[in-house]
Amino acid sequence: MRITCPICGERDRREFYYRGAALDRPDPEAGQEAWDDYVYLRDNPAGRTRDLWYHDAGCGSWLVVERDTVSHAILNVALALDADA
Amino acid sequence: MRFSGLRVLKEGLTGNRGWTPHWRDPEPKSEYDILIIGGGGHGLSTAYYLARKHGLRNIAVLEKGYIGGGNVGRNTTIVRANYFLPGNSEFYSHSLKLWEGLEQDLNYNVMHSQRGIINLFHSDGQRDAAARRGNAMINQGDDAELLDRDGVRRFAPYLDFENLRFPIYGGLYHKRGGTARHDAVAWGYARGADSRGVDLIQNCEVTGIDIEGGAVQGVQTTRGAIRASKVGIVVAGRSSQVAAMAGMRLPVESHVLQAFVTEGLKPVVDQVITFGMGHFYISQSDKGGLVFGGDIDMYASYAARGNLPAVEHVMEAGMALMPMIGKAKVLRSWGGIMDMTPDGSPIIDRTGIEGLFLNCGWNYGGFKAVPASGDCFAHLMATGRPHPVATGFRLDRFRTGHGILDEEGTGAQHNLH
Repeated sequence: MRITCPICGERDRREFYYRGAALDRPDPEAGQEAWDDYVYLRDNPAGRTRDLWYHDAGCGSWLVVERDTVSHAILNVALALDADA
Repeated sequence: MRFSGLRVLKEGLTGNRGWTPHWRDPEPKSEYDILIIGGGGHGLSTAYYLARKHGLRNIAVLEKGYIGGGNVGRNTTIVRANYFLPGNSEFYSHSLKLWEGLEQDLNYNVMHSQRGIINLFHSDGQRDAAARRGNAMINQGDDAELLDRDGVRRFAPYLDFENLRFPIYGGLYHKRGGTARHDAVAWGYARGADSRGVDLIQNCEVTGIDIEGGAVQGVQTTRGAIRASKVGIVVAGRSSQVAAMAGMRLPVESHVLQAFVTEGLKPVVDQVITFGMGHFYISQSDKGGLVFGGDIDMYASYAARGNLPAVEHVMEAGMALMPMIGKAKVLRSWGGIMDMTPDGSPIIDRTGIEGLFLNCGWNYGGFKAVPASGDCFAHLMATGRPHPVATGFRLDRFRTGHGILDEEGTGAQHNLH
């Protein structure tokens, strides 16, 4: 699996740290259900997913990676700064 | 058909013509009392204990593939106690006791081999931690013995004791731990359930769960609709998909864990050896293959095969621990889909839907849990109350924050287990 970092280019998967599903962070006062949803509950799709990766051994950017969990295909990579995460 | 030494002798002398299939291949009926979705180790053992301990007969196990084709045939077959975690340790102690009586109970040779597990340590500090872990295991009623370097050398002279980064100081020896033949565990439970009247329906994928007025009514499958007032979901890595059919989102992320086996060799690795610092563990199957693995690939995946970085990491760790392994040829590698929970502990609980029960979140420890998981899930489904050793495996512990069972002490967060 290789990920094309928007800043550094195509790199080995080992340069990246996987954080998990890219979700919208709720408001601090959003309540228990919203926070349970954000911290613990997952769609966990078999197929297309969006998750956060950190370019640990590269530029240090947080990336939103769209990929397929069944085929391991990387479909799109964007800086988390720019992505509507 | 009962297995016995006499029977084996008789069949051997008469051309082995008397053996019969171990279970029937029935057509699904239109209604059962209880449906178990998932014919893996946990689903089969659930059906078995529902029949044997609770006297229930009108049960079907729905398996989308074939019996033994999922994770129960894709693991590294290790059976052991657990430690340090109240609410979890007693469950695994219970499981280990069930393992010890399993072959007699099932009248089936699951090749359960209590060959011992040695967890290696590499510093004075790790020795203290191992001693503490061993004491915890003894205090909870299991066994452990602290080995010094020579003690480990007696069992496993082939290890690299002088490794510069991780010299072997000793090991924690868990004598009752070991391995079992994973396929035979599935077959033994399948046969035991079938002989008590449970219908094992293979090639039957559940495509929907029927719910009316907040109560489960049955399921839709590729072989037609089946009604039941109690349905248990026991589908490991596919838990999120099946739960979604009932409108539920689970605290589960599915990850791939790889394992490897070499060509058959003469007996050399007599115990299970774990090299925690290298994320590596190894045992030798009765067929002679060295069976080994490491950590998960560390990203959500349903691919049932991993990526090369994890392969390389495991091979490097193997070479560091026992350089002779470099002469063995790897025959096969495979991946299993692990249902990872945020705290690393499983879920055996009711759901918000009447009659719908959930058994999932086995992370990478599901095989050793097979007997107790089935026993406890059967107890919950039959009596409506959690089994005394499984009261902590609640689905709502993440939402409420009460009773988090943090398996690795890393915090209850998805990417840390």
